[in-house]
Amino acid sequence: MEIWIIHMLNGISFGMLLFLLATGLTLIFGLMDIVNLSHGGYYLLGVYIGVTVSMYTGSFLLAVLASGLCISIIGVLMERFFLRKLHLQPLAQCLLTIGFTFVFADIALMIWGGEARFIEKPAFLTHPIFIGEIGFPPYRLFVIVIGAVIAGLLWLFQERTRVGALVRAAVDDKEIAGGLGINVPLLFMGVFALGAFLAGVCGALGGPFIGVYLGADFEVLLLALIVIIVGGVGSLKGALVGSLVIGLIDNFGKVFFPELARFTIYAPMVIILAVKPSGLFGSRS
Amino acid sequence: MKQDIKTVKVENLFKKFGGLQALWDVSFSVEKGERLVIIGPNGAGKTTLFNVITGEIPPTDGRVYLFGKDVTYLPPHRRTHLGMARTFQITNLFPNLTLHENILLAVVGVNHQRYKMHRPVTGCGDIIAKIEALINEWDLQEYKYTLVKNLSYGVQRQVEVIMALAGGSKLLLLDEPTSGLSPAETVAVTSMILHLDPEVTLLIIEHDMDVAFQLAHNMIVFHLGAVIAKGLVEEIKLNSKVKEIYLGEE
Amino acid sequence: MRYTSKQWILFLVIAIVLIVYPFALPSYYFTALLTQVLIFSIFTMALNLVAGYTGLASLGHSAFFGSGAYTAAILMKYVSQNMWLGLSMGILVGGILAAIFALICLRTPGVYFIFITLALGQLVWAVVFGWRSFTGGDDGMPGVGNPNIFSNLTLSGGTTYYYFALVFFIITFFIIHRIVTSPFGHVLVGIRENQTRIRHLGYNVWLYKFIAFIISGFLCGLAGAIWSYYNGFVSPRDASFELSAEALLIVILGGSGTLSGPIVGTIVVVLIKNIIAAYTERWLFVLGVTYILTILYARRGIVGAFGVRLKSWVG
Repeated sequence: MEIWIIHMLNGISFGMLLFLLATGLTLIFGLMDIVNLSHGGYYLLGVYIGVTVSMYTGSFLLAVLASGLCISIIGVLMERFFLRKLHLQPLAQCLLTIGFTFVFADIALMIWGGEARFIEKPAFLTHPIFIGEIGFPPYRLFVIVIGAVIAGLLWLFQERTRVGALVRAAVDDKEIAGGLGINVPLLFMGVFALGAFLAGVCGALGGPFIGVYLGADFEVLLLALIVIIVGGVGSLKGALVGSLVIGLIDNFGKVFFPELARFTIYAPMVIILAVKPSGLFGSRS
Repeated sequence: MKQDIKTVKVENLFKKFGGLQALWDVSFSVEKGERLVIIGPNGAGKTTLFNVITGEIPPTDGRVYLFGKDVTYLPPHRRTHLGMARTFQITNLFPNLTLHENILLAVVGVNHQRYKMHRPVTGCGDIIAKIEALINEWDLQEYKYTLVKNLSYGVQRQVEVIMALAGGSKLLLLDEPTSGLSPAETVAVTSMILHLDPEVTLLIIEHDMDVAFQLAHNMIVFHLGAVIAKGLVEEIKLNSKVKEIYLGEE
Repeated sequence: MRYTSKQWILFLVIAIVLIVYPFALPSYYFTALLTQVLIFSIFTMALNLVAGYTGLASLGHSAFFGSGAYTAAILMKYVSQNMWLGLSMGILVGGILAAIFALICLRTPGVYFIFITLALGQLVWAVVFGWRSFTGGDDGMPGVGNPNIFSNLTLSGGTTYYYFALVFFIITFFIIHRIVTSPFGHVLVGIRENQTRIRHLGYNVWLYKFIAFIISGFLCGLAGAIWSYYNGFVSPRDASFELSAEALLIVILGGSGTLSGPIVGTIVVVLIKNIIAAYTERWLFVLGVTYILTILYARRGIVGAFGVRLKSWVG
């Protein structure tokens, strides 16, 4: 029983991290028609920036925020100076952002070397939390809580604020949104910044248990891609549901059916694309 | 009897796009060698009609017959092989290819060698000869190796029609062939159409009334997806309903 | 096909260089590099047929290469050391897989086509990665021995492999050249340039794409099988997304839709990964920046931009 709960926790916490990546990816794709395949690179840099900042300031919170901020800046620069030129050219966007992922990977190598280093977990999270007789890994619980909080904030933002409504409107139909006087380029930049910020946060938070091995950048990117395709492009709900499902399958898969695990994850992506490309909760045609 | 087979026959065509009824109970037929011109205000459904006849989109209801065959759900390329060809209102050529390459694609489309992949096309004498013949017939030798996007709009519209002819089609659907042309160019294209083989059946959408009256044997007037008048040119000119709805807007 | 005498001389020079190459250079290292170039060029030329000429952006093509590689390796290990069997099966598997992919993905529109090819490619990767007992999983299959050409003649030695790869490189080049200059090849370009129009000219567009995909699959499988024998080791990397992405980037870098583009692209990237890597550790950075600059400023690639065509593809 305990094993099951621990695995569930691992799956859900991994899912929460995926959610952070997937949100950016799905909003950017849904809103701006931009396929940003450098999210994996954002994750990678996020891990390392988090490490460095936490080393220098000793503050976990600062490190996570700094990661988010730095990646956010990188994202905005990429959008402004590179991706904007590739409007409506999905293949070019894919390839450009893949190229950037190589560049980021090498920069990470250059600055931080190839070692795996992780952010210092905050002190209050070093001891298992006991509920009844079961000891839960505290950091994982923490990540789940953070993820839920962020999901809640995003939902509030999207459903309850004016800016959120603007984003929803623009996802639905950007021409009309522009016609209504919404500053669409600024909105785009903002959404891109948010997406990149979350990716950076994902790196800082997730480094400790996802890791930074060779190829990690593409691996997390591909998982996030599955999430947004299955969940539905442009849909936050889809990103959340998809992330949790993929996170659980990935985790349980690796433990209980390792040979089929990865196949099981990619199969839904193929099915959705063949049958309903807009995904479970997506509405883009 | 052979005489009874119409080149084009549409029966009770309906087409709905979501909430929009684009075609409403459209029926008419076209004889061999006839020149039928379709007129009507913008958005009346004329291009939708073409799209259904050519197979680009299926009708919601009704049937389409080409050369006596029920082609309602036949894909476009199969209709082309029956002898149909179309042009587009907005020039729809291969802009980054040369004139020669454009016509080549039109010629090969109905040629039995179109799947050949082991011999260079330059070795297919009949294809090359056909392309040369077309280019010479329409006096476009100087543009043979020019990229189509670099040709003047007037020449492009001409090429649109040539592409439709290249396959030796017996039925041409011309969608606003003179759209966007200068008066001189309009005369040239109109003349080109008038000099086509009289055996070829023409279905033409036109917005320019002078051209329409010049080209037509018969006319059909469209409004809001329905046929509101059809008959000989003279009859249409005198039809008061038509004048009210359409000609009056000129 | 008529070629000018200048072009014939160029062919001759290149042919002589390629044939004499291993003996002219002192070090085995350069022979090995060119062998890699030859093998991967088969892969990229095959991808170019689908992506460059037909305009189908496939991000899952390494599946065909990888499956060809694994087929050859598996046959070597479990069935027979016969080279002909390995090669022909590798080719067949590549083609069959391509047919399956095409049946699933050719109806998918727009950007989702890129994603579905990616996903299908990853399914294949997932199989070779996950099926540890059969394919060795993450560890791959080391020790792919030298195959037998005839009962007592084994393929071995760097120079032999070079000529082995050269023969198939030339065959592939010839096949692609024939296809793109043929009526079929012109139609592929027409599909790329204006899919709506070409439908109305009488072409069964789906069928053309399907055939192009299968031919591409056959050739990728061939490249994979040769690679398997040459490298002596196959791993999931040979069916990975990274490889698919790299192949597509190479095609664009060299010049998509041109005959020699994929070859030039492969040469440049192999050069960067090996020669430049000897001078700086930052070769990945150089590679990434090269790709970025190409996408932004030189979309037609090296061959496209300079108009240098080793062979022209329209008579």
